[in-house]
Amino acid sequence: MKKILILGGGTGGTIMANKLRKTLERDEWDITLVDQDKTHYYQPGFLFIPFGIYTKYDVMKPKSDFFPAGINTIYSHIVRIDGESNKVLLEGGKVLPYDFLIIATGTQIQPEETPGLKEELWYKEIFDFYTIEGSIALREFFKTWQGGRLVVSIAELPFKCPVAPLEFAFLADAYFHEIGMRDKVDITFVTPLPGAFTKPRATKMLGQLLEEKNINVISEFYIERVDNKSKKIISYDQQEVPFDVLTIVPVNMGSDMIGRSGLGDDLNFVPTDKYTLRSEKFENVFVLGDASNIPTSKAGSVVHFAADVLYENLMSAIEGRPLLAKFDGHSNCYIETGFGKGSIIDFNYETEPLPGTFPLPGIGPFGLLQNTKMNHYGKVLFRWIYWHILLRGKELPIESEMSMAGKKL
Amino acid sequence: MATKNIAGIPVEVNEEGYMSDPSQWSREIAVELAKEENIELTEKHFEILEFIRKEYESGVQLTIRKVGKSGIVDIKGLYELFPGGPLKKSSKIAGIPKPASCV
Repeated sequence: MKKILILGGGTGGTIMANKLRKTLERDEWDITLVDQDKTHYYQPGFLFIPFGIYTKYDVMKPKSDFFPAGINTIYSHIVRIDGESNKVLLEGGKVLPYDFLIIATGTQIQPEETPGLKEELWYKEIFDFYTIEGSIALREFFKTWQGGRLVVSIAELPFKCPVAPLEFAFLADAYFHEIGMRDKVDITFVTPLPGAFTKPRATKMLGQLLEEKNINVISEFYIERVDNKSKKIISYDQQEVPFDVLTIVPVNMGSDMIGRSGLGDDLNFVPTDKYTLRSEKFENVFVLGDASNIPTSKAGSVVHFAADVLYENLMSAIEGRPLLAKFDGHSNCYIETGFGKGSIIDFNYETEPLPGTFPLPGIGPFGLLQNTKMNHYGKVLFRWIYWHILLRGKELPIESEMSMAGKKL
Repeated sequence: MATKNIAGIPVEVNEEGYMSDPSQWSREIAVELAKEENIELTEKHFEILEFIRKEYESGVQLTIRKVGKSGIVDIKGLYELFPGGPLKKSSKIAGIPKPASCV
């Protein structure tokens, strides 16, 4: 029996398990998936919890609901990968040999990386909205908050879902309007980037939206530490931003296990060929999604598109053919902008987000870089698509390769 | 794209003043580019410039954190050497393209 081992049962690992079990002969290929956690979180939903739009029950399901029949699942901590001898070591001494390995262990927040962040104010007046715990704690806080300075900040690049903090700021604006206390809340968006986003046109569009919504922007602010006493964030060049409540995207890092295995860069992301999605170190190791260091968004849509390419290339590797499928860095993000509207961006390694219509050229129904109700419905519907189609590795009517049709230069 | 005379040598630069061809770079050019940013280069500066040129050539995505872990300076020190935008300024002076942050 030949063995494929998948580390991580999140979006990427689950999609790959489904795709591979469908095509690989069961009496020839053994597929094993390892994860330390039994719950699958619909992570885009965390953003809605602080504002009472979703509860935790909207974003949690058992991981096992989405795994195909005919694979082995092991719930365990992973000690390390031994790429030289094609083995993975689990807690308790279990050793899993593999012929091919897929690393899909994602990215996690590391608040400990920023001095003062995870101290006395953590989950009292400082929150993340990238974990179920952080989102729920923030929901409880907002229920009784009387207003003041709300600071939304980003600690380091890259981070998962680059539009999430913007969406958070937009949703906060709408939420405090709706409960009649927007006049008591000052919202400030603090980013290490030179503007609202990285690419010029999206930055312009999103920057204008922030301005319309009366959200202050402080750019090129690279946070050094948090002062819990004076309630300020302080940058490396000694700028200070005071807060009453700080909602922050902490430093994102790949799994510690990647570091222990000697497979990561300085943030524990795995150096990966950005086109073939194969590890730069080992020919029988592939890396899917946030765990890799490929220069595109860390986002579920990227994982979904990349999974098609990884699948093709893994099949080629199995059959000893050259890896011809090339990932283009395709990313597609809905952006909630509040008041029942949304925007959408579609881009890749080479092409920045452009205005236009999506997915059908000239028709839509979604408007790229536009702020419409239809885009918001797309985001709402997407949760259903995620659970029922995407995770199960089924076809969606969107190509994994980005299309220029419908985009305006 | 324009050609600019730096330290007596014609150098290709883009509209933001970043050098188009890193191989044209020299210490003399660095000194001149630094003057435009009101920075007087020390050996410490040069150590960083050499480090980021090497990282750039090996295709690594540069970040402030990465330079801060280089063992040459910490992040605070980097801000002191290249005030107000250390990665952009050091890249410009090192003759490599403007660092693209991709998210």
